[in-house]
Amino acid sequence: MAETTLLEAPSATGASTAPRWRASARHAVGVVAPGTAVIYLSLLVLIPLAALSVTAFHGGSSAFWAAVRDPESWAALKLTLLSALVVVVLNTIAGTAIAWVLVRDQFVGKRLVSSLVDLPFALPTIVAGLTLLTLYGPDSPFHLDAAGTRFGVWIALAFVTLPFSVRAVQPVLAALEREAEEAASSLGAGSPTVFRRIVLPSLAPAMLSGAMLAFARAMGEYGSLLFISGDRPFSTEVASLRIFGLYENGQNNEAAAVSLALLSLSLVVLLLCGVLRRRLTRPEFG
Amino acid sequence: MPRLPSVTRVLLPAALLVSGLACLIDVPSAGAAGGTIDLVAYSTPAAAYTAIDVAFSKYPAGAGITVAGSYGPSGTQATNVINGQAADVVNFSLEPDMEKLVQAGLVSPKWDAVGPDHGMVTDSVVVFIVRKGNPKHITGWKDLVRSGVQVVTPNPFSSGSARWNLAAAYGAERKLGRTPAQAQAYLQALLSHTVAQPSSASAALATFLTGTGDVVLDYEDDAIAAINKGDPIQYVIPPQDVLIENPIAVTTHAANPTAARAFVKFLLSKKGQELWAIEGYRPVLPGAAKAASITFPTPRQLFTINYLGGWTKVEKTFFDPTTGIVAKIEEGLGQSTASG
Amino acid sequence: MRRLFGRFGLRTTVLAYLALLVIVPVGAIAYRAFAPGLGTAWHDLANPSGASSAGFFHALILTLVVAGIAVPFNAVFGVIAALVLARHRFPGARLLDAVIDLPVAVSPVVVGLSLVLVYGRAGWFGGWLAARGIQVIFSIPGIVMGSAFVSIPYVARAVLPVLQEIGTDQEQAAATLGAGPWQIFWRVTLPSIRWGLAYGVTLTTARVLGEFGALSVLAGNVVGHTQTLTLYVGYLFEGNLDTVGADVGAVILAVLALCVLAVVSLAGSEKGSPSWLSRFARSPRSSRTSSLSTTSL
Repeated sequence: MAETTLLEAPSATGASTAPRWRASARHAVGVVAPGTAVIYLSLLVLIPLAALSVTAFHGGSSAFWAAVRDPESWAALKLTLLSALVVVVLNTIAGTAIAWVLVRDQFVGKRLVSSLVDLPFALPTIVAGLTLLTLYGPDSPFHLDAAGTRFGVWIALAFVTLPFSVRAVQPVLAALEREAEEAASSLGAGSPTVFRRIVLPSLAPAMLSGAMLAFARAMGEYGSLLFISGDRPFSTEVASLRIFGLYENGQNNEAAAVSLALLSLSLVVLLLCGVLRRRLTRPEFG
Repeated sequence: MPRLPSVTRVLLPAALLVSGLACLIDVPSAGAAGGTIDLVAYSTPAAAYTAIDVAFSKYPAGAGITVAGSYGPSGTQATNVINGQAADVVNFSLEPDMEKLVQAGLVSPKWDAVGPDHGMVTDSVVVFIVRKGNPKHITGWKDLVRSGVQVVTPNPFSSGSARWNLAAAYGAERKLGRTPAQAQAYLQALLSHTVAQPSSASAALATFLTGTGDVVLDYEDDAIAAINKGDPIQYVIPPQDVLIENPIAVTTHAANPTAARAFVKFLLSKKGQELWAIEGYRPVLPGAAKAASITFPTPRQLFTINYLGGWTKVEKTFFDPTTGIVAKIEEGLGQSTASG
Repeated sequence: MRRLFGRFGLRTTVLAYLALLVIVPVGAIAYRAFAPGLGTAWHDLANPSGASSAGFFHALILTLVVAGIAVPFNAVFGVIAALVLARHRFPGARLLDAVIDLPVAVSPVVVGLSLVLVYGRAGWFGGWLAARGIQVIFSIPGIVMGSAFVSIPYVARAVLPVLQEIGTDQEQAAATLGAGPWQIFWRVTLPSIRWGLAYGVTLTTARVLGEFGALSVLAGNVVGHTQTLTLYVGYLFEGNLDTVGADVGAVILAVLALCVLAVVSLAGSEKGSPSWLSRFARSPRSSRTSSLSTTSL
């Protein structure tokens, strides 16, 4: 490419001296490209989700609510929400702790540990399930049989959501300026206070971001729960398993209804968290 | 201005080209040239079909034909075919799943006029699979509801095996002289002892083999296959038992009907039935088991589904997802355990 | 000293948590897969009783073919979407922004169900497709669509912040020098986003290789034809055909996952960013506010 520098002021008449087809080509690209993207998104995501919503209300809104409030489906939705919240709270704390150790601590093998944190994201969910079953199932060498219990469900969810909790916090923690903390501790504040008053408020939005991603993932998780949960109705049958069961039985309308309920539930919580996150970051501008 | 790395310049268009070409790859089913039969079956006979397909290909009728098999829970497989999965031959665990396809217009209502046993290809019975040595001494239905015994049975709303299991349990109680109310109470007790309900018979056995439960209710043929594989199990045939009958049919929209019909004919022929017997399935053709030198013990009080009024009645009374007896039992059990 | 103890205690707790949750289970499955010996492991994987011996290889090829289609499509879409969002102001931009993120919140089973409801035999387009003999669900196109659905956001989300950071100066300069839109794109835009694109493509590939839930619903599980590696492993385990084979398949998938991670961390270390996933955890708007908030300390 020519050695023209970028310091030359862009000529105001530059564009108009270019051939006219160039301008219309640019204009066409400006329409075709977004158009293609919209078509792709529609065929793949929007239309199927629309079909889901329509099918969910196939028998009218009374049929929709009947399907959602069906005792087994309702139990599944409640269980899913509860498990997601429990695991997200646990992993937000654990994730922050892990991020802290990865950023502030130094020990042999830290890089290896760091890459292991990403493993649950890259691992196929079915493999994650089989893996956890090895240690926490009936064949466990430590006799830690959690298969068929809610505990097993939580372990699987904690596994798959761990990377989100850690990686959301880590860069923010790494970018944190230490002066405020050092100032506070030189003034006599103990470590817990420094953490609570100085570090935590800066980390809170990032922790919330990680929690949101983890929550979305946990609400919909299927593959890793397939074997370890035992799929026991009213006990360990989470919403995704219930939806699959309804679909298997040919009950498409009910499956769609529960799916829509699950999706709406996730989106509402995510929306609220998004609002909360914006409010947490706003006061910083002082 | 840095040029795009040349690797990327080549790679990206190449990838798009490859993906474009790959779109043209057709799944070699749907009756493409070369004679492929799409078989959609329930979960258990995967191993059996592998052996039988090999034998079939050695016959003139089967020369050059490959069978592409899909195996899964019977109910799910029926749903998939209705949703468009390619199928030339369908082999389900029980009649109602075949009836679903008849209602969808995918199987002729005359499917049960084929073969020596009104459309059935194999029989079996419900057995109790226990750990080797039978440590909990399970010999009959009463032992399943003994204190401390944990049962594994598939989910009745997707698995054919589960429905056979529960029908057998109910029928057994009736055969033993109990009233319908008492038999229903037995079902409740059985389900309260159930610790896992995987989606299919095979999944249930797999779950059992990983250490869950003391006994799994399954097909006799599944048990036989597992023992032949060397799994550390043994099985018990209860004296009161139901005769499991597995239907087969060629679909109306089969892409390869000639080959499909030849295949089903083979499965119902003397040679085919002998092969089924060797795989552990009770043949429907009289004399086939004897010809293969295999004996299948007959339970003392064997009954068919007609003893309970036929599948249509049983499906409606027991397995309707909202009003069925089993659905209500599960719901009742759930409410008492949901607080846990 | 209390400080040292506090740090040591935290480190131990953290390492113990990671060990119990990630390290030991992964090690255990590798042990169980290869304990009977390497030869047995390979034999069980490639020749499980009851499944065609070609099942594993078919699954591997199918998985690669699916990735070979879904990933480039999503990469192209992701770049276009990112360009549209970064460079144009139009009504509905925020909606597009939100919709791109939507697939992350949808359960894989729901993904499969919604695709079946549109492209299945009884679906919205089912009749139209059947009349033309096109099989989408239970065939390769369906598998590709399901895999693409779940991995849509990654490229767009990885590229968008880069585009916003670098701004349009260079592109405008090129335009005034007489470059056409294609030239601008190939010579200016694409090179500047190549690291973001690489991140996004790697994440997308990992996600596609690992997809299971949606495929359970819409692949049809035809042995040797529509089983991806994940489905094959699930089939081996659930079908009780060979748990050792399932374990070996699981380990192979885990190794593939580690390779993907290695690629990402190599690219990441070049750029100096400690964590690729964190880019994805922040939407562009909040990333700017949070980085501003930390510097205000």
